[in-house]
Amino acid sequence: MTISIPNSAGLTDEDLKNIYRVMWEIRFFDEKVDQLFAQGLIHGTTHLAVGQEATAAGSGAVLRKTDWITATHRGHGQTIAKGTDVNAMMAELFGRTTGTNKGKGGSMHIADLDTGNLGANGIVGGGFPIAVGAGLTAKMKGWNRVALAYAGDGSTNEGSFHEAVNLAAIWDLPVIFFIENNQYGMSGSVKKMTRVKQLSDRAQAYGIEGVTIDGNDLMSVIETTHQAVEKARRGEGPTLIEALTYRWKGHSKSDAKKYRTKEEEENWRKEKDPIRRAKDRFIAAGVFTEEEADEIRKKAKQAIEDAVKFGEKSPVVAVETMYEDVYAE
Amino acid sequence: MREITYADAVREALSEAMRENEEVFMLGEDIGVYGGAFGVSRGMVEEFGEERIRSTPISESAIAGTAVGAAMTGMRPIFELQFSDFITIALDQIVNQAAKIRYMYGGKAKIPLVMRTPGGSGTGAAAQHSQSLENWTAHIPGLKVIQPATAYDAKGLLHAAIIDDNPVMFYEHKLCYRTTSDVPEGKYVIPIGVADIKKVGTDITVIATGIMVHKALEAAEVLSKEDINIEVVDPRTLVPLDKETIIQSVIKTGKAVIVTEAVKRSGFSAELASVIVENESFDFLDAPLVRLAGAEIPMPYHPELEKKAVPQVENIVEACRNLMSHN
Repeated sequence: MTISIPNSAGLTDEDLKNIYRVMWEIRFFDEKVDQLFAQGLIHGTTHLAVGQEATAAGSGAVLRKTDWITATHRGHGQTIAKGTDVNAMMAELFGRTTGTNKGKGGSMHIADLDTGNLGANGIVGGGFPIAVGAGLTAKMKGWNRVALAYAGDGSTNEGSFHEAVNLAAIWDLPVIFFIENNQYGMSGSVKKMTRVKQLSDRAQAYGIEGVTIDGNDLMSVIETTHQAVEKARRGEGPTLIEALTYRWKGHSKSDAKKYRTKEEEENWRKEKDPIRRAKDRFIAAGVFTEEEADEIRKKAKQAIEDAVKFGEKSPVVAVETMYEDVYAE
Repeated sequence: MREITYADAVREALSEAMRENEEVFMLGEDIGVYGGAFGVSRGMVEEFGEERIRSTPISESAIAGTAVGAAMTGMRPIFELQFSDFITIALDQIVNQAAKIRYMYGGKAKIPLVMRTPGGSGTGAAAQHSQSLENWTAHIPGLKVIQPATAYDAKGLLHAAIIDDNPVMFYEHKLCYRTTSDVPEGKYVIPIGVADIKKVGTDITVIATGIMVHKALEAAEVLSKEDINIEVVDPRTLVPLDKETIIQSVIKTGKAVIVTEAVKRSGFSAELASVIVENESFDFLDAPLVRLAGAEIPMPYHPELEKKAVPQVENIVEACRNLMSHN
């Protein structure tokens, strides 16, 4: 039990290595999805979180299995970090019976109640009130659980955001509103879509704490989320976290990215890559060596390769199941 | 048996369910000390406390969504939309979340929630507080839709809705709240999806929903004096719909009048009509079926116009008389 980087969450070096592996799994997963989609092997649409690995991995690491999340349509990373099996996730994208949703949800709806994932959402801002409902369950049942709602910057312009934050605030619910501000809601720059300087300023309107952090700094994400989670567990209500980050890819497959410059993209890739920053920090602190880091990366890559194989060889969803699960018996 | 009002019957079901199961709780605007806009939850906060009778801010999206999240994680929420017109603000959570989650998740979740809401006209509240929008949710796979007309049905069907593991939309009618009927004390459950023949008859089948059931029964009284004996069928639940009872009644009478308060165009009256013509009952029709439904206008404020905008007893009587002349 070594703790080379002191942190209030009490994460050991072993934990940090795991988180580092999760970051690579997220990156390899989404890069692989990009590739499979281009090859026509999976269909639908994709929203990739390459470049946003620290927000998901860092926040997911301080949640317990019994805590809940609501994920976004760009939610593969959030889902992996919460502990969902990447094999089942990949199988879902292939539309197989072994998928997280038996092939009926796809990328935008991956859910896994066993690990507390109440589901990704194709409706921007749709997950906020659902997380509030989970927080309410925790409070009414006296369970020491929290609900963390992931959402993007654009979602804070939705009515559901404001209604949900207000409700969670007045009822002191154990909910964390975690905004991944990747600078663009599809093509809409956050600078053009709101006049507030920081999205966390919006917390003031509801009498709760709001904090803006560097979302590409893994330890900062861990520390901030942990504080918010502990506060929620103490019954002191919600926190709004704005984590500044950047998606390296377009919004979805059809995005020519005309709304941003190559220079801007290069700057985020080269200067602010969250995985490289975590690696440098961990090596400097003695969490692992360069060789160990490389070993972890290779294992993550292999896990994703295996997931593709698992997905490909899983049985295709039978047409006969079409009418199953519309209603509970 | 004692006679109580529809509003009291709804309150009894809510209270009995809450006493029986701690996972049942309520949320909605002004449902606490105020007792709800129509007094349905009057006195409940005194018995169950603010933790279980949760008065919310005016936030329909958050109310519905919180119910979805709570239902998914182990509670059985009942939320009240103060007027059914406000469903417009809550629809994402009802249509895109509650209705679809089970299917989208491959059956790995259940959403046991009830949305209660008063609909319909007749109070002079004009276009934004008088609509009958039950058809909107009847169109969405994954939702069950109930529209009780009597106090007896309201209590038994509400109990059924609360113990059901699906999202159930429960449309009450403002004008029904003060109506009374014989209602047993204690819990009883009326199965969802079973129509009720409110009056047995031989000449014409009148299929009526919600408040129109009462109007159809009044029309039956008038017509009985003219030796026209109508059968009044109340589907009670729109989804799932008891098609068989409707079909068998039309086979027996050979004539059908459908009466809904909701606007005629693309309304549930069209669904009921299609059940009759798509099935063997079609062969037994000896006259074109008749649909009486809401006028295709936003609900007007003026009382005369408001009355004219939805079917009345005299319209049902006239439609039946005309049908009888077909023989």
